[in-house]
Amino acid sequence: MAENNRAVIKLKEKFASSVIDVKEFRGEVTVTVKKEDVIEICKFLKENLQYNLLTDVTAVDYFGKDPRFMVVYNLYSIPNKDRLRLKAPVAESDATVDSVVPVWTTANWLEREVYDLFGITFRNHPDLRRILMTDDWVGHPLRKDYPLQGPGREPYKGRLS
Amino acid sequence: MGVENNPLGENIITTSLDTVVNWSRKSSIWPMTFGLACCAIEMMATGASSHDLDRFGIIFRASPRQADCIIIAGTVTKKMLPVIKTVYEQMPEPKWVVAMGACACSGGVFDTYSVVQGIDEALPVDVYIPGCPPRPEALLYGLTKLREKIMKERNSFGNAIGLGDRLEPAA
Repeated sequence: MAENNRAVIKLKEKFASSVIDVKEFRGEVTVTVKKEDVIEICKFLKENLQYNLLTDVTAVDYFGKDPRFMVVYNLYSIPNKDRLRLKAPVAESDATVDSVVPVWTTANWLEREVYDLFGITFRNHPDLRRILMTDDWVGHPLRKDYPLQGPGREPYKGRLS
Repeated sequence: MGVENNPLGENIITTSLDTVVNWSRKSSIWPMTFGLACCAIEMMATGASSHDLDRFGIIFRASPRQADCIIIAGTVTKKMLPVIKTVYEQMPEPKWVVAMGACACSGGVFDTYSVVQGIDEALPVDVYIPGCPPRPEALLYGLTKLREKIMKERNSFGNAIGLGDRLEPAA
């Protein structure tokens, strides 16, 4: 059970006020935390609990809900061979999270991807530029309200015949 | 030996300069080595021994400055388009464009924000080859069509020595 996970026990002990939710599904543990404490929690997870590999940073757009975005960090501990998923809700009005580049350097390009495709900015990121789309691109394509066929085109309405 | 023995024999043919120029051009189409997606794999297969593009004088060149044909083999993303335009502009005249496969012709299944919906939005396409990807036979057929098209061009010689435009046949 998630309650017995070593990371969950420690996080609940040390960051009781910032842990919003703990879930386990098919052996995967997900901890939802407040975005203000992401950097502190990540530092703690890396330095004290040996989550030394950040496998991915991504985001989810729950369009129509509030808070709209959820930034997701997938962690792996090489010495302990276990995984942890960290999530932080981010509101559209203040789509900013602290960068975790000081903790895991690999977050640099991963956060640039999230910035490029979701428009979530990362505070104190060393080089926050677009990474996939061209520099002059307008908009963030993975947002649910971005037109699939691009702006300026009439959307596909199904076969005419 | 000598002139009285009809030394030239059957070797004389009469033709037009345009035809000679067209014939030499169609017999040595040098495409740019430029692959974009899975179509490029099929293009390589067409160039390899079992289909053998070399027998038509089609030899892939690694430099646009030595090429006179570009085969757009694959999906053209909006990010790639400026690169393709640059390569195309570096090719010397006369030059031809072959759109290979559904993506190059129309965007194919990628009806999305990041993909150019057909290379003809940017380059003047001479031959469209459908298929996803087209088989080597289809590419060969398309290149044969391009050869036929080149043979129909008019004022090729005049254009080469700076007299007027090269006239391409309508469709």
